Amino acid sequence: MIYYDKVTKAYNEGPPAVQDVTLTIEPGEFVSIVGHSGAGKTTLLKMLYAETQPTEGAIYFRSREIKALSAQELRELRRNIGTIFQDFRLLPTKTVYENIAFALEVAGKSDDDIAADVPHVLELVGLAEKLWSFPSELSGGEQQRIAIARAIVNQPDVLIADEPTGNLDPINAHDVVEILKKINDLGTTVFLATHNKSVVDSVGRRVVTMDQGRIVRDDKSGKYLL
Amino acid sequence: MLVNLKRIARYGFIGFVRNGFVSLAAVLIMTITLFVVAGLIIAGAALSSTLKQVTEKVDVTVYFTTEASEEQITEIQRSIEMDPSVAFVRYVSREEALAVFRERHQNDQLTLQALDELGENPLGASLEIRAKETSQYESIAESLRAQQEAAASANVIDKINFYQNKAAIDRLTSIIETSRRIGIAVMLILGLATLLIAFNTIRLAIYTTRDEIGVMNLVGASRWYVRGPFMIAGVLYGLVSGLTVLLLLYPLTLWLGPGSERFFGSFNVFSYFLSAFPLIFLVVVGSGVGLGALSSYLAVRRYLYT
Repeated sequence: MIYYDKVTKAYNEGPPAVQDVTLTIEPGEFVSIVGHSGAGKTTLLKMLYAETQPTEGAIYFRSREIKALSAQELRELRRNIGTIFQDFRLLPTKTVYENIAFALEVAGKSDDDIAADVPHVLELVGLAEKLWSFPSELSGGEQQRIAIARAIVNQPDVLIADEPTGNLDPINAHDVVEILKKINDLGTTVFLATHNKSVVDSVGRRVVTMDQGRIVRDDKSGKYLL
Repeated sequence: MLVNLKRIARYGFIGFVRNGFVSLAAVLIMTITLFVVAGLIIAGAALSSTLKQVTEKVDVTVYFTTEASEEQITEIQRSIEMDPSVAFVRYVSREEALAVFRERHQNDQLTLQALDELGENPLGASLEIRAKETSQYESIAESLRAQQEAAASANVIDKINFYQNKAAIDRLTSIIETSRRIGIAVMLILGLATLLIAFNTIRLAIYTTRDEIGVMNLVGASRWYVRGPFMIAGVLYGLVSGLTVLLLLYPLTLWLGPGSERFFGSFNVFSYFLSAFPLIFLVVVGSGVGLGALSSYLAVRRYLYT
């Protein structure tokens, strides 16, 4: 479903952030990318949702090369890939409801569908009562769960999580990982980048280890080893 | 499509209200900008009105001899009226000239007695000629002089007063031209400076939300879906600022009205504000709305990456 073909990404200065990476991810997999800061994890993810383009090689999503997609196709790709980040990236002037509704609106859903889907997905992340709160009124753990709700509300094929537990305490981090596992069990491919050992160990699925932009280990059912 | 428009409008309005402080800053700066724009319109009108008044005081008068017949004068009047630079020509008959003379000297019995003793009207008829532009008097006077020379034998034209006033008219012409040019330059510079300030304020307002724009891109929003609400907010900045300026201008011009009339002669700022209100409304609110929308459009474009 996702195929990185000899991908290299170099920024203006210094060594490439990602070097000659070849990686295949099958539908329904839960893949954890681990490595130190600067190992190239975030860049690898960013290239998948086309926030940045590879300097060499190609990335395929469902056999379509991402670089070759039109602007319209790119927007459709993004609606098909949910993203969550360490800093949550919620829209601060919108309520929880509006944050999640926004993702549905850009996908062209009707107001009635949105009114039905938003409470449902909030229930899934355990925050049904926070519908009308603003992000600033929520704790970090709650904000991250709202971000997850927004990422999955369009039922994407892939969920990308870039250090989703980086700003959370262990209990909230554990909750977020449990939600990710639940989403994966429902059939969504999860692509998680983290340097949190306990998170990776608790997932217990495929672990790809990166170091200095290269993949140095790929274990089908691994643990965090560096 | 309609649903999207409704959502964009709603988010634009919500953004305007919820980003209260940023909106307030943008509205304040735009109010100042539009105030300058309105001030420039009014100052321009005051300048034109003053220049027009001064221009109207200038004319060329052709005095005819007492022997000149009415037909001869009418013929000359017709030829002058054919000149495209002439705005209008007024014929003052001998009788009218006498009446004006008598009125002017009504308290001067000695002069009136002398006039009565003459027994006949010593004054000739005249033509008062007004040109469209003060700079055109010279050429009109030139052509009149040519006629005077051609008709010298007939002894029709007594004198043309342009040559007596030439130095004053030339100076006035150059003052009018210079003030017009300086006026336009000042307006352009001031207008451009304030526009740039307003544009940058909106850019800063949007800079604070660049991360949001990034998120909107990430969830797959189209360019217009991201840009639209910011443009609506920009339009609202312009609308609120424009209406504020118009509301402030009413008491301000009312207060300045009598003073302006004393200073400029017949130009009253308040009467001008009332009579030109549709124009001022259109320019102030229109440029506010246009500036807001355009600034937002350009500012958001920088952060859109699909």
